[in-house]
Amino acid sequence: MNKIEVFEVSSSFEDLPVLDRVSLSAAENRLVSIIGPSGCGKSTLFNIISGLVKPDGGTIYIDGEDYTGKLGRVSYMHQKDLLLPWRTIIDNVCIPLVIQGKSIRDARQKAAPYFSVFGLDGFQDKYPSQLSGGMRQRAALLRAYMFKSDIMLLDEPFGGLDAITKRKMQEWLMGVIRAIRSTILFITHDIDEAIFLSDSIYILSDRPARVRRVFEVDIERPRDNATFTSPKFNHFKKEILEYL
Amino acid sequence: MRRWINTGKDRMSGSGAWGILALIAVWEIGVKVSGIKPYILPAPSRVLISLFQSFPLVMKHTRVTLYESLVGFMAAVVFSFVLALAMDSMPVLKRAMYPILIISQTIPIITVAPLIIIWFGYDLLPKVIIAALVCFFPIAVSFIGGLEAADREMYDLLRSMGASKFQIFRILKLPGAMPSLFSGLKIAAAYSIMGAVIGEWLGAKAGLGEFMRRSMHSFAVDKTFAAILVITLLSLGVFRVITFLEDNLMPWTRFSNIKNE
Ligand SMILES: Nc1ncnc2c1ncn2[C@@H]1O[C@H](COP(=O)(O)OP(=O)(O)OP(=O)(O)O)[C@@H](O)[C@H]1O
Ligand SMILES: [Mg+2]
Repeated sequence: MNKIEVFEVSSSFEDLPVLDRVSLSAAENRLVSIIGPSGCGKSTLFNIISGLVKPDGGTIYIDGEDYTGKLGRVSYMHQKDLLLPWRTIIDNVCIPLVIQGKSIRDARQKAAPYFSVFGLDGFQDKYPSQLSGGMRQRAALLRAYMFKSDIMLLDEPFGGLDAITKRKMQEWLMGVIRAIRSTILFITHDIDEAIFLSDSIYILSDRPARVRRVFEVDIERPRDNATFTSPKFNHFKKEILEYL
Repeated sequence: MRRWINTGKDRMSGSGAWGILALIAVWEIGVKVSGIKPYILPAPSRVLISLFQSFPLVMKHTRVTLYESLVGFMAAVVFSFVLALAMDSMPVLKRAMYPILIISQTIPIITVAPLIIIWFGYDLLPKVIIAALVCFFPIAVSFIGGLEAADREMYDLLRSMGASKFQIFRILKLPGAMPSLFSGLKIAAAYSIMGAVIGEWLGAKAGLGEFMRRSMHSFAVDKTFAAILVITLLSLGVFRVITFLEDNLMPWTRFSNIKNE
C-alpha cells in the first residue's frame, strides 16, 4: 500500500484552472520529486495535500484513509525558512510540539537529541539571524520533522541557497533521510537535485498541471558525488530535459 | 526585525550632546550681547537659576503632570489593546472602526480639550482623558498595524500544523507586533506629557501647564522656560523608559538590528 496517494486532484482559483486531475503516489520511506514549469501549480498541490486548500475534485489518501482538506497530518516546509526571528532555534523547532499542547520545557527536551542529527549542535540558543542560510534550512527541516516525521512536503527547500551550499545540503539530506525514515514529496526546479535524491520523479505540464510523465530513478544507493557523472544519471537527465 | 523609529539613545549621546551644548552657548551669548530683556527671552543661565530657586514648587507641579500623563498613558494602552484585539479577531469591526479612528485624528486636540474641561471640571480627570486621547491613536494604530503585518506564509505554516486561532495569535501575531507596538508606545509616551500640559494650561489647580500659564501672566518668562525644560526632560525620560523596556523585552533585535551593527 502507498503511504500517500493523490488521486485525480483538480483545483482552480476563480476562473484559473491550476491542477487538472493530478495523481501521484509515494511508497513508505521513498522520496518523490515533482518538477514542473514555474506557476504550474506545484505549491498549490502541496497546499491541498496539507489541507490548507480544498481541491475542487479528487482525494488525498494517507495510509489508505481519506485526508482531503484535513489539516495537521503532514509536515510542510517552504523555500523560505519561516523561522520566527524572536525565537531561538530550539524554540522555533519546538513550535509544532507546543501547538500539540506540550509545555515548552517538555518540547525542548524532546527536540534536543535531534540537533546533532540535523547538524545544528551548539546552535540551540542562537537566534535565526545568527545562522547561515543552510543552517536555517536545516532548522526549518527539523521543525517540520518534529511536527510529523512520517510524511514531509518539501517545497524547494534549497531553492534559495547558493550552488555550493545547495550541493552540501543535498548530500546531507541524503544521509539524513536514511536516518529519519520519512516519506518525502519534494518540489524542485533543479533536475540534478531531483535525480540525485529521488526514487521517482513526476514531471508536470504547464498550467493547468497534469502529470506528463513519471520516472522511476533506479540508480543504486548509496549515491554520492560520483552519481552526478554516472551514465545512468546522464541518461535520466537527457530524458527529463526532453519533457520540459 | 528592523526598528523604524530610532530609539534616540544613540542620537542623544556623543555628537548629539555637543549640538545641544553649542545651541545653548549661542543662546546664552546672543542674549548677553543683544541685551534683550529677560521677560522677553531669558538666558539659559537665568532659566537654570530660576529653576533652582523655585525647585520645590516646580517639583510639586511636576508630580501632578507626571501622574496625569502616566494614568492617561496606561488608560490609552488598555483601551487600544482591547480595541486592537477586537479589531484583529473581527474583520467586520476593523472595517467599521478604522475610518472612525482615522477621522478622529483630524480633530485638533486643542479644540476638544476645552470641552473636556467643561464636561469634567478642573480636577485631574479631564487631563487624564486628554493625555489618554493623544496617546490612544499612536498606540492603537501601531498595534493594529503590527498584528496585520504577520507573514502570510508563516500563518499558513502554523495552520498546517493544526494551530488554533489563539495559538497563532500567541506564537506569531503578538510577538511579531511588538516592534511596531513599541514605536507607537514611544511616540505616545512623549505625547502623554504634552496632553496633560495642554489640559492644565486650559484650566487646572496644579501641574506644569498651570505653572507655566501663571508665570507667563506675571511675565516671569524664565519660570516658563524652566517649566519647558522640565517638560522636555520628562518627555525624554518616559521615552527612555520605553526604549529600555523594548531592548529588554526583545533581546533578539540585538542580533538583527542595523542600530547595533
Ligand atoms: N491564493 C491564490 N489565489 C489566486 N491564484 C493563485 C493563488 N495561489 C496561487 N495562484 C495561482 O495559481 C498558479 C499556481 O501557483 P503555484 O504557487 O501553485 O505555482 P508553483 O508551481 O508552485 O510555482 P513556482 O514554481 O513559481 O513556485 C499561479 O498561476 C498562481 O498565480
Ligand atoms: Mg511554488
